[in-house]
Amino acid sequence: METIGDLIIAKYNYWAVIALLIIGLYAMIAKNNLVKKIIGMNIFQTAIILFYISIGSKKGATIPIIVHGHGESSHVVHAADYINPLPHVLMLTAIVVSVATLGVALALAMKIYSQYGTLEEDEISEKIMESETA
Amino acid sequence: MENQLPIIIVVAPLLAALFITALWWFERRLCFPISIIAGVVSLLASIGLLLQVLSGGGVEYRLGGWAPPFGIVYRVDQLNGLILVAVSLVSLLNLAGSRTLAENEFQDKVGAFYALYLLFTAGLLGILITGDAFNLYVLLEIASLTGYALIGLGRRRAPLSALEYLFMGTIGASLYLLGVGCLYLMTGSLNMEDIARILPTILPSNVVVLAFVLCLSGLFIKMALFPLHAWLPNAYTYSPSVVSSLVAPLTTKVMIYAMFRLTLTIFTIDFAFNSMAVRLPILWLAIAAIVMGSLMALAQKRLKKMLAFIVVAEVGYMVGGFWLGNRDGMNGAVLHIINDAAMTLCVFMAAGAIVYKTEDDRLSSLKGVFRTMPVSMAAMVVGGLSLIGVPPTCGFFSKWYLISGGMAAGQYGFVAALIFSSLVNTVLFFRLFEIGYFEPFASGRAHQQHNHTDHIKHSDSIAEAPLDLLVPLVATAVLLIVLGIYSGEIVARVIQFAIPAVIS
Repeated sequence: METIGDLIIAKYNYWAVIALLIIGLYAMIAKNNLVKKIIGMNIFQTAIILFYISIGSKKGATIPIIVHGHGESSHVVHAADYINPLPHVLMLTAIVVSVATLGVALALAMKIYSQYGTLEEDEISEKIMESETA
Repeated sequence: MENQLPIIIVVAPLLAALFITALWWFERRLCFPISIIAGVVSLLASIGLLLQVLSGGGVEYRLGGWAPPFGIVYRVDQLNGLILVAVSLVSLLNLAGSRTLAENEFQDKVGAFYALYLLFTAGLLGILITGDAFNLYVLLEIASLTGYALIGLGRRRAPLSALEYLFMGTIGASLYLLGVGCLYLMTGSLNMEDIARILPTILPSNVVVLAFVLCLSGLFIKMALFPLHAWLPNAYTYSPSVVSSLVAPLTTKVMIYAMFRLTLTIFTIDFAFNSMAVRLPILWLAIAAIVMGSLMALAQKRLKKMLAFIVVAEVGYMVGGFWLGNRDGMNGAVLHIINDAAMTLCVFMAAGAIVYKTEDDRLSSLKGVFRTMPVSMAAMVVGGLSLIGVPPTCGFFSKWYLISGGMAAGQYGFVAALIFSSLVNTVLFFRLFEIGYFEPFASGRAHQQHNHTDHIKHSDSIAEAPLDLLVPLVATAVLLIVLGIYSGEIVARVIQFAIPAVIS
């Protein structure tokens, strides 16, 4: 049976990811304002980015840039001294996707605002009900 | 040139989209020809690839020359070779029929529409062809974002429906990304075949189970499997007609392909079917999807919303067929991907023609439409018969395989759901035919007929959809029958080899 230390404190990065995922999901579901939902979606995506970055880190390691890299100087490179750069690179792509999604979401929100005059979801539903029964 | 076919398929629409975005400001009339050329190039490349695969086995293409597992590879085998041809053909047919409708709907924004169209096609073709798990996520998001933008181009409730689709779709794609992260955490690799090689050495593992569940849940949201289908009806109903006849046949089918690829290649049959106990619950979800989709379709008063719920039911066919776990079921599921893309294209294009002419898609206002639009309604009849499952249209043959698979696996619930769905489709389409054929015109015009007897022929005149929409529509209807006649060939020569040999 693992101790509380092993279960919670040693894995604090995963708990942070879970907390952010739940906060983002809650905002998307429970909030009424469309912009708050969009921000919740952004928090959700950021949590996943945090997950990837945190699994690439190593104890006592430094940033993955090899000093004295140019020239023929023979330095043996130990991989354990540098943090894993691949998750960082993957997350650059994910950040770009997140920003593009944010852009499309905001453009759609602008169009909704110009149609209904409000960004609150319950007021929009009321206006739709009125126009359908009219 | 033959070696470069895999990359040409994806790059041609991508480059054409960039050209159109640049040229659209200067010369609007070039948008359509450039799109058609890109679509034809993709189609020819995919046919060439399929022929290569059939004669020589799998094709592998290394991006940038980097060898796997460090580089991204595009892998074509019988499974995605066939679906590549289907997707590029559907996209090209819809593009060919879109000219008048797009000019009418978008006027001066028509260049943006064609650029988004081609990017969407490029994203889907990329999902089909890639052999790298993270690359799948990137292309998934390309296809999704352009899909949201395309759907948001409509009027009335389109932007709101697109935003709701965006929320749900982003959650789905993010869950898939989280699953790929868990896989990377355990195996250190992103290449599909490499992960499949490493996974058996680290099983049993809780993280791999988590990865499987996350990836599968993300894809279920994307393919609109009941009960995660809530975004689909509104998104497909309120989008412009040209968009719904592009998005409806393709999106869910490509996501179902992604589920196939995930289960067959990355996680392997042994893990997915034997170690995890998800086979039966997913089968029950599929049965629920078929039944609920059919029942909701019965309740609809608008043509496009009724067709959207039929799409929800069709997703249940394919998911259920796959998770039956036997050869007939999987053959049926893969064959149904091809057939359903064609059938959905046919009915949505016919619905687009009707909406273009009558400006109203309520079922009650379709009275007498058989007299004014005979060709479009003939195509709708063929599409409807195919959805019901009448030979020799293609719908019959894939349903036959699915029912045989269900009987062989002892899943009589699934068989009953399929038969129930056929009966409901019969009711839906025959109701449509009755309104179109037998009921007279709406009261105003009937009054005219009584008073001006010499004008009867004029009020019955044919007001058919534009010719450039009719030709692809008729071609699609003929394709349904051709696909039906050649079903046996398709299964025996291509699909047979796409399913791993361990499945009996």
